[in-house]
Amino acid sequence: MASVTQPGTAPRGFRISKRVLPYVLSLPALLVCIGILIPFFSAVLYSFQRYRLSQPWARQFNWGENYLNFFTDPGFWNTLRVSLLYAGTTVILELLLGLGIALLLQRRSTVNNFISIMLLLPLMTAPALAALMWKLMTNPGFGILSYFASLIGLENFRWASSPDTALLTVVLVDIWVYTPFIMILLLAGLRSLPTQPFEAAALDGVPRTFVFFRITLPMLTPYILTATLFRLLDSIQQFDIIYAMTQGGPGDTLTVFQVEAYLNFFQSTNVGRSAALLIILWAITYTLSNVFIKNWLRLRERARGEA
Amino acid sequence: MYEKEKDLIGAFLRGEVDRRGLLKGLGAAGLTAGTAGTLLNMMSTEALAADFDWKAHSGKSVKLLLNKHPYADAMIANLQAFKDLTGMEVTYDVFPEDVYFDKVTAALSSSSTEYDAFMTGAYMTWTYGPAGWITDLNEWIKDASKTNPQYGWDDFLPGVKASCAWNGQPGGALGSEDAKQWCIPWGYEQNNLSYNKEMFDKVGVGVPKNLDELLTTAAKLTKDVGGGVYGIGVRGSRSWATIHPGFLSGYANFGQKDLNVSAEGKLSAAMNTPESKAFHAKWVQMIQESGPKDWSTYTWYQVGTDLGAGASAMIYDADILGYFMNGGDNKMAGKLAYAPFAANPAASAPTPNIWIWSLSMSNFSKDKDATWYFLQWASGLEHAIFGATKMDFVNPVRASVWKDEIFRERLKKSYPGYVEMHDVSAPGAKIHFTAQPLFFDLTTEWAATLQKMVTKEVPVDEGLDKLAESINRQLAEAGLG
Repeated sequence: MASVTQPGTAPRGFRISKRVLPYVLSLPALLVCIGILIPFFSAVLYSFQRYRLSQPWARQFNWGENYLNFFTDPGFWNTLRVSLLYAGTTVILELLLGLGIALLLQRRSTVNNFISIMLLLPLMTAPALAALMWKLMTNPGFGILSYFASLIGLENFRWASSPDTALLTVVLVDIWVYTPFIMILLLAGLRSLPTQPFEAAALDGVPRTFVFFRITLPMLTPYILTATLFRLLDSIQQFDIIYAMTQGGPGDTLTVFQVEAYLNFFQSTNVGRSAALLIILWAITYTLSNVFIKNWLRLRERARGEA
Repeated sequence: MYEKEKDLIGAFLRGEVDRRGLLKGLGAAGLTAGTAGTLLNMMSTEALAADFDWKAHSGKSVKLLLNKHPYADAMIANLQAFKDLTGMEVTYDVFPEDVYFDKVTAALSSSSTEYDAFMTGAYMTWTYGPAGWITDLNEWIKDASKTNPQYGWDDFLPGVKASCAWNGQPGGALGSEDAKQWCIPWGYEQNNLSYNKEMFDKVGVGVPKNLDELLTTAAKLTKDVGGGVYGIGVRGSRSWATIHPGFLSGYANFGQKDLNVSAEGKLSAAMNTPESKAFHAKWVQMIQESGPKDWSTYTWYQVGTDLGAGASAMIYDADILGYFMNGGDNKMAGKLAYAPFAANPAASAPTPNIWIWSLSMSNFSKDKDATWYFLQWASGLEHAIFGATKMDFVNPVRASVWKDEIFRERLKKSYPGYVEMHDVSAPGAKIHFTAQPLFFDLTTEWAATLQKMVTKEVPVDEGLDKLAESINRQLAEAGLG
């Protein structure tokens, strides 16, 4: 016989008061937050210290000296320049290619679905492995891409070994790995757009370029912004592809933030400088995220007719 | 059973019969190689245990952090002998070299007690020692109650042993009186020439005797061998590892240094002297004319495999790379030869810089005495002989192994010229870097500067002046300059 709880009486067992319940429910999020914040604030703390693992006796607060040194360090400005250039170039090219491919595959068909799945394969490859694969393909002695380059008259093309073409080479690998990410996001966006505006434009005989620039692109902008944000944040923090292919070289050609911070910590054991570099990288990504998210929110509000 | 044979082995272990006599005697007694080996191992263990309580830590366990390397393979192959001798258990993790030192740094910097001992290079101890991550092993080496009287610390090659000892003072001489023994040498590499004799004969060139000849020979080989073969393989990646092999060996042969040490112990860059600039200019020219096309990505791996595959005609790098490429499945196996190399025509002998694979004890080890038992066994004579004669444990760090007839004959037979090369260059072999905590910063920047010179981003003179300026600034910031 089923028991019946009388109105106004609480069930037996462990009870949590209504006042405490919200805190208990948010506890997991709080714990995760603490797990993130402790390393973050540790890094902030280290970045204000003269802290080399190989000179423990010299460890002391030097306050902003690590940051101030960057102003007079040409290596830092090179790192900033290369990181932004790499991130900007890869995101723009991947966006253009991803959008182009997504437009080509927009119509649902068996062939298009198959191709879109196949195009996702590079995204499933670990970037470091992709870099090693490309390193072999671009080997000037036996690489297949070097062979193709020689067929079009580019003899002795040195790919990642030359400061003139090293950036181009790692950008190519990045594009190969990550264009599918943008393609799949934009393809999902394109396929979810309402059909009415396009049908109306077709009835009116509006030219295709006009449709693209005045209807498709504005409606797709939130998706483009989302894809750009994700890729930009990832790209400016690039490590695996560049390190696996060139270790930041030749010379200082590709010493992006993550590579420089990694070398500072693991090779030089210069914790203070490494942490300061990462905090600056965090500040850049934080700023970029804010800009993108604000724009994204504004566009969403506009789409809802709130702005 | 086997009493006569046991007597013979006993005489060998007491030093009354040499290896050749032992083998002859065992052969005459009709013993198969397998039975003889088992008997020898058994009696070696008994002999080791005779004067020392190897069972003092029986039942205990130590854990090792190892790099994937033939030295580690040889140790693992012989590990049962240690377990039988001591009653101890040994576990280990093996990592490929690409990630190995990151793993070591992560384990030590977090004060992890997981590993008791690990493989390292002497350069790394310049970071690990002052950081308080590793133990000064003198405490155990000099303690007669903890070290087997037959250990033979004096048997280690002096230059190699000294290179693992540093007093922790920036610029302090390696192996000084007050030096701490941060690691025990295990195996080491000299940097000399390994070359493809067939290609040399085809082109009709002799072995280069100095840097100028190296340049011309490498250029001729690049031009005349054909098939895309290039003249000389040297490392070029943006790493400290580009500086330490052939480059520093040749550089040191001209009497050049990385750093100056003042009377007050202050350090300053020394690589922008006229002599240094002249050396750099020739080195850069050699790579531009006769090096691999993607030189700036070359680590020891590419340098070695190109030689083994017949893509390069010679290398100026670790001798053991030439050793390994002359065997196994390598296309050029059996076609390689070796030569000691003094870059400076005025120098009387080669001065190879050396890389030493060593064993260190973690300061966070849960049982240091037990760990020392493992370390003294792994660096002991018996294991060294086992590794050198039955595995590929080259180059051994013990003088007595280099005198071992079986070892020498094995090398002479399969690797002609290797022993002679070693013997000629060994007296001048040592670490030619200045021991100091910014070693990896400075050498990485040096490698990056070399890359810029080779790709003509910067002229040699200007590049070295800028490098010296940058190094002096970093030394001053670290309170060393």
